[in-house]
Amino acid sequence: MAINAAMYRRRRFGNVVVMASAWAAAASGLIVLAFILATLLYKGFSGLSLAVFTEMTPPPGSAGGLLNAIYGSVMMTLLGTAIGTPIGMLAGTYMAEYGRGSWLASVVRFINDVLLSAPSIVIGLFVYEIMVVHMGHFSAWAGGVALSLLVLPVVVRTTEDMLLLVPNGLREAASALGSPRWLMIVQVAYRAARAGMITGVLLAIARITGETAPLLFTALNNQFMSSNMNAPMANLPVVIFQFALSPYADWQKLAWTGALIITLAVLALNIGARSLSQSRTND
Amino acid sequence: MRIATRTAAITVLLLLGGVIIALIQGSIPAFREFGWGFLTAEHWNPATEKFGALAPIYGTLVTSFIAMLIGIPVSLGIAIFITELCPRSLKRPISTAIELLAGIPSIIYGIWGLFVLAPFLQAYVQPFLIALFAPVPVLSSLFSGPPYGIGIFTAGIILSIMVLPYITSVTRDVFETVPPVLKESAYGLGCTTWEVVRKVVLPYTQTGVIGGVMLGLGRALGETMAVTFVIGNAHRISASLLAPGTTISAAIANEFTEADGDLYTSSLIALGLLLFVITFIVLAGARLLLLRLQKRAGT
Amino acid sequence: MNDQPIAGVGFNTVKPRPYLGITTPETSKPPLAERISVSDVNFYYGDYLALKHVTMPIYDKKVTALIGPSGCGKSTLLRIFNRMYDLYPKQRAEGTIKFDGGNVLDPKQDLNLLRARIGMVFQKPTPFPMSIYDNIAFGIRLYERLPKSELDDRVESSLKRAALWDEVKGKLNQSGLGLSGGQQQRLCIARTIAVRPEVILLDEPTSALDPIATAKVEELIYQLKSDYTIVIVTHNMQQAARVADFTAFMYLGELIEFGETAQIFTKPRQSKTEDYITGRFG
Repeated sequence: MAINAAMYRRRRFGNVVVMASAWAAAASGLIVLAFILATLLYKGFSGLSLAVFTEMTPPPGSAGGLLNAIYGSVMMTLLGTAIGTPIGMLAGTYMAEYGRGSWLASVVRFINDVLLSAPSIVIGLFVYEIMVVHMGHFSAWAGGVALSLLVLPVVVRTTEDMLLLVPNGLREAASALGSPRWLMIVQVAYRAARAGMITGVLLAIARITGETAPLLFTALNNQFMSSNMNAPMANLPVVIFQFALSPYADWQKLAWTGALIITLAVLALNIGARSLSQSRTND
Repeated sequence: MRIATRTAAITVLLLLGGVIIALIQGSIPAFREFGWGFLTAEHWNPATEKFGALAPIYGTLVTSFIAMLIGIPVSLGIAIFITELCPRSLKRPISTAIELLAGIPSIIYGIWGLFVLAPFLQAYVQPFLIALFAPVPVLSSLFSGPPYGIGIFTAGIILSIMVLPYITSVTRDVFETVPPVLKESAYGLGCTTWEVVRKVVLPYTQTGVIGGVMLGLGRALGETMAVTFVIGNAHRISASLLAPGTTISAAIANEFTEADGDLYTSSLIALGLLLFVITFIVLAGARLLLLRLQKRAGT
Repeated sequence: MNDQPIAGVGFNTVKPRPYLGITTPETSKPPLAERISVSDVNFYYGDYLALKHVTMPIYDKKVTALIGPSGCGKSTLLRIFNRMYDLYPKQRAEGTIKFDGGNVLDPKQDLNLLRARIGMVFQKPTPFPMSIYDNIAFGIRLYERLPKSELDDRVESSLKRAALWDEVKGKLNQSGLGLSGGQQQRLCIARTIAVRPEVILLDEPTSALDPIATAKVEELIYQLKSDYTIVIVTHNMQQAARVADFTAFMYLGELIEFGETAQIFTKPRQSKTEDYITGRFG
């Protein structure tokens, strides 16, 4: 065997260079990401107090909390989930069960992928056009609808994927017992795919929890506590946005605290979703 | 049940149609007023009601380009590290951490970019770059002017950090699908790790890797909050990357609620339509590319 | 040379003993040279001891078969020869494997060069995701810089040597994935010999193939031994009997018996060997 020694040395050297770069990339990437989390924890915790959860967002220069923003975020997230989840599950069911392989299903799948990757600010513009313009004012309803449009494609996708994973033998077995199709879907297919479908919903909630862009011109903001869904409503992301860009130290501090709260909520949802999908694979 | 599910599926269909129609309808006044000039004009003046989209389009494309320029190699490096180099005990924690980071809302990256990254870049990195590239003809104008901290460059950096988790987790996933025996046979010929990755792992996973990159690119193009915090919101195209600029999404986020006058609002909605079209073209292009690759691999 | 002991038995005693059994090869045969000498090799998967004090020779330009029931350690032993186990953390080997004056298990061993000299073919065909031509040229390009015409010649001769040339010569630019399983496996053998190794390791090379493709690969192995030293792992005893000059029977991580194939299959010395080849277990 004739080995070209110079070439061989170059190969070895190239490998060392690339592998060293991979180490460096991993180190720098992880350090930056860790640094972001560390800053968030440091700045966020220093502002965390009971008042954050019991008081309203303050006017500039005075102390206050985030109660109205937290309340608004929870309400609109619930609304978005409540609208988006059932429609998404039904549409996903159609694509995986009734319409499998049909023309309609493949068109919906494509459209759904487009919706899934559509910039969220565009969704906000759409809801502004169809709701805010016609109603004449910003409202929590519009905010919830905007969020539901972000939930929808995630739920459609996971529902379809999870139902497609259910073995056909199960469906045939249920049908062979004389079960009508809808009962087979509800009792057998949904049950088999349950963990995956719930994971999808949790991930969708995690996605909208931190969404800011679509709320900017749907729900807007409100400095006061409001449970009127037909009026502008405060929400954490928009409050963070406004407060962080303000020149007031108090507001900036609250923005960091709000950011920490959102991140913890999102992480909790993600971890919940992961452990659910893991318990499924362990079954 | 059949009817209900079918109705829901059609609802999804109609929604997208609705989004497109609403955007087109909203942008008609702007296009009627400015015509194609809307796409090619740089000026953006609410006082005189003259609007052109060139600066935000430029900002969107350039920030995404910077993000990809940094994000792709670093993500690939991390994926190679996780699949080939990292001690087994660290593999799971690192992968999990990366996946969790992908879920962190973009506003967090934005607030960090504004308060931590921008001052850091302003104080250390940008002066260094300006000095470093000053003697080089083209690069000197790209990196010129006072270091503002905020601007196109900073927005590109923050986007590159944001897309890291997306691209990394997809790339890692598809790297793991390479059959170990395929890698072993390359090692069996005496390949180095890098040769195995470049000649076997990457060709085997190219569709998945491209998919991951496109996912990241889609995020970068449409990303609003992280950019809005650090871009400076200036409707102009500067030769220097360090100067403030704007992107489509940042312009909408910053100005929409304050826009008075139908033409102003309509111009912003037209920007939204453009963003939608750009992301759609990128994703459709990626899909076509993947189809072609799959077809070629099949023969 | 002729009375050199060639059959050995590995005992699971505290200290390994060298070969016990002695057979005398027929005097008409050329003298045997040890290409690889395995002595007292232990192998661990984590804490699990998978090979126990294995000692055996691999003779130059002969085919040596490793047989035994699943989990006996035959594939493990094969993967030690080219240090393939190094890819995985927590796997380690002890002992010495002499090859060309050096010790394969030496931590300072250059793995790339080792693997260039000891090639390997796997259980399932593993064509790389590239054209047939590039699959063959891939390994050559790692070590040599050849002009195009010379590279073409090397690719052609490797494919001919692997008895695949006539089937693929018109479609060298097509993907290797488009070939049948048997063709893919011969492509992998061609890829391995294109690098011009000295030893070829075959890990159950026909277990994923149909009988006709298997026969072609076996025929190929028979022809290759004039130039190469071959070690083959197989779970198919008939295959070992057909292609191998020497056979090692392994059981539960131990080398039970090593000897000429005819002797192992007709006059096994160990009762376990006899039980296995007569189909009483495994």
